[in-house]
Amino acid sequence: MSTPFEVETGEVTLSGHVAGPEKAPVVLLIHGYPDDSTVWDGVVADLAADHRVITYDVRGAGASTAPAGQRGYHLGRLMADLAAVIEAQVPDGARVHLVGHDWGSIQGWQALVDSRTRHRIASYTSVSGPSLDLAFGAMSERLRARKLAALPPMLGQMLRSWYIFAFHVPAFAPLVWRAGAAHLWPRLLRRTDGIEVAPRAGQLADALRGINLYRANFREKALAPRPATIEQPVQLLVPRNDPFVSPAVFDDLATRVPHLVREDIESGHWLPLKDPALLAARVRRFVAHVDGGRDCGALVHGRRLAARKTAGAGPLAGRLALVTGAGSGIGRATAIALAGKGADIVATDIDKAAAERTATLARLVGVEAHARVVDVSDAGAMAALADWTDDVLGGIDILVNNAGIGMAGDFLDTRIEDWRRVLDVNLWGVIHGARLFGARMAARQSGGHIVNVASAAAFMPARGLSAYAATKSAVLTMTTCLRAELADQGIGVSAICPGIIDTGITDRTTFVGASAETQDRKRAAASRLYARRALTAEAVADQILAAILKNEPVALVGLEAVIGNLLGRVSPALMRRLAGADLMPK
Amino acid sequence: MSIPDPAERIAAFRAAQRLAYDCAEAIAADLRPGMTEREAATRMKTWAADHGVREWFHEPFAWFGDRTAFRGAIGIRALRGFNPAFFPGGRRLEEGMAFILDCAPVVGRAVADIGYSGALGHNPVVEQLMDDLIEHRNLIPREIAAGRSMAEVSRAVDALCRRQGVEPRHKAYPYTVLAHRVEVLPGEASRFSLARFGLRAVRELRRQVAEGRDKGWSPLWNSTEASDHPPVPGLWAVEPHLGFRDTGAKFEELLLIGDDGGARWLDDDLPHVRRFETRRSQKKAA
Repeated sequence: MSTPFEVETGEVTLSGHVAGPEKAPVVLLIHGYPDDSTVWDGVVADLAADHRVITYDVRGAGASTAPAGQRGYHLGRLMADLAAVIEAQVPDGARVHLVGHDWGSIQGWQALVDSRTRHRIASYTSVSGPSLDLAFGAMSERLRARKLAALPPMLGQMLRSWYIFAFHVPAFAPLVWRAGAAHLWPRLLRRTDGIEVAPRAGQLADALRGINLYRANFREKALAPRPATIEQPVQLLVPRNDPFVSPAVFDDLATRVPHLVREDIESGHWLPLKDPALLAARVRRFVAHVDGGRDCGALVHGRRLAARKTAGAGPLAGRLALVTGAGSGIGRATAIALAGKGADIVATDIDKAAAERTATLARLVGVEAHARVVDVSDAGAMAALADWTDDVLGGIDILVNNAGIGMAGDFLDTRIEDWRRVLDVNLWGVIHGARLFGARMAARQSGGHIVNVASAAAFMPARGLSAYAATKSAVLTMTTCLRAELADQGIGVSAICPGIIDTGITDRTTFVGASAETQDRKRAAASRLYARRALTAEAVADQILAAILKNEPVALVGLEAVIGNLLGRVSPALMRRLAGADLMPK
Repeated sequence: MSIPDPAERIAAFRAAQRLAYDCAEAIAADLRPGMTEREAATRMKTWAADHGVREWFHEPFAWFGDRTAFRGAIGIRALRGFNPAFFPGGRRLEEGMAFILDCAPVVGRAVADIGYSGALGHNPVVEQLMDDLIEHRNLIPREIAAGRSMAEVSRAVDALCRRQGVEPRHKAYPYTVLAHRVEVLPGEASRFSLARFGLRAVRELRRQVAEGRDKGWSPLWNSTEASDHPPVPGLWAVEPHLGFRDTGAKFEELLLIGDDGGARWLDDDLPHVRRFETRRSQKKAA
């Protein structure tokens, strides 16, 4: 149930709505271009249950009147409007929680420093709109420092901002809008973002007038940015697939905005339309945090992301990666390699000292790292681990299901308990990890990546490897299915199939049906073979990194894996014959 | 071929080793940003000459920055590890950079061969590696006392590296040695050197290789089958060299293996040992 209001500023008449209980915390939403305040309808319906929610049409849009000329759209005038709305609708000088989208977000940043508004703002949630002062300030700073490396991301943003340049070309943008863009707008949003909106009568008029927002402000801010320190708590919601604003614009903000949390969201530009429930939930959480001091794992995660996203910090900066079996071999090498790309690390292993050592090494690389003891085959322990990462670290972004054990020996010698053990660790361990963390990644809607370490044994049958190969085949196939399921949630899934890697796994492999003494001998023989192959865990770690960064479905590591894979396709019969060769150490 | 009195012999080697470490410490204290490896090596040579050194087992080496990790060109192991990239080059020292100084002066007829690691200013990776090296220093005599073959001891070092998550970069040395035999040098001092290695010392090492081949042991102590023999009494210059990513650290000092099969370090009053003692007492205090 919302109540309409009007505010006279002397220059224009602003039209708005207020909804929700009077005593509740006040949230004020500012819409962007070429929208009007109806863009917030879904968010208001949700938030108004427990907040006083104010929306209004920016001058020149929706039901508000328009100023006379281009100068009327200067940020200074927009701030006067905002101040007037707050003054009229929020009694007793109380403070509001501001939320802005697109041009509304640009306004919001300005409101944090404008003398007319800044004392009335308790917190700010910004979606898809940078602070022009901070963005242009950073650009000119980088140019002054002549850091060539800073140029490519800057050019990327400029390419995405083609429309801003186009808006400055006389007559061009109005022509496009008139030629049909306004008419086609609902269809366009359906095509680009999968969003259903009803056609709006004022769309064309709003779009045409709003061009003045760009023309009245960009030149001035670009030539003379005035970056200042922001004192209010700010929550950045950054859509990953925004065609108009590059996520990189929001990097390097932590020094200017000390109270900053950031979340990257799997969404296009129109988050208020695409997922109003998510946006409302984030605002609700942030308001509770700022007003009531309530903290949670997600905010911890958000602060980390905001702090770590700096220029040159590596592509995984601020991401949290959990690696199982990280105490040795491929797991440890992967943890270190991920740390090298900026990711914070949770290293888990059944061996506490080994996990802690990996965490120590990751810290030496320059990231934050934690060590946890966990047996991946223990469902309860894995669930507790997942809860702990949620509560303390705010959830993880990258999961590497690496923990595994080796087992060799004839099928008929393999006892039930041998089968249980190898299935429990190699298959159930991966299932537990993918289930628990996959569900959390999906729920958080900020993407993620799951890597399952299988083996070349998954597609290279060999006598003496029935148990081990069965678990790895299962992992490989499961991974492919999971990849298909999680793809549209922005979660990548990769399988890694290493060949013979010198990791120390052979020192611990169980040779079934062998006495303790022959066991040792066989382990030593296998280890010698693996050492001679000399393919290192680091080589696998590099492939895992590439699989994550490029979202590759399968990575084969080592010539034997590549040839084996090829052979299995070209001549399955030959593959079967090779499986009969007895290669087991004697 | 030896200095007749065993106690005197040991004292001579210890004195040579002290001199070599004093040399490295003095030059390390003088390292400044912008200095090249060649300059550091030359300074060591000059300092040693000023202190009476006329002959070298090998002339001083210096490695800065990622060259301490023996990666890239310096890690190429063709030609059994004899690699021109070992030689001090034009790499300039920067603040926070790791460095290794390595020299092997001949003092009288005794040979020292030492390695000194550090960083210009603070480098947490070097600190960690120096702590890790002490574990290796404790491990080696313990393994020998436990009756392991020399190859097994070397493999135990490899295994400890694996547990520590560091690379055994001494594998990049000629013949992948963890250590090499050191003897009293025969004959007259020689001023000639071959690719920075002293002629008399090289000749002696060749003689030892031949002698070892006849008797079934190798003066080049590594993880291969060639070292699969019981510990050979005498002095060994042991040089575990650890690498983590692009940083490396090592020590090199003389280990005395006794006729009884026991082993002890020739001298415990060395910079890396003192550093660790200080660190341990600091940790205790904190």
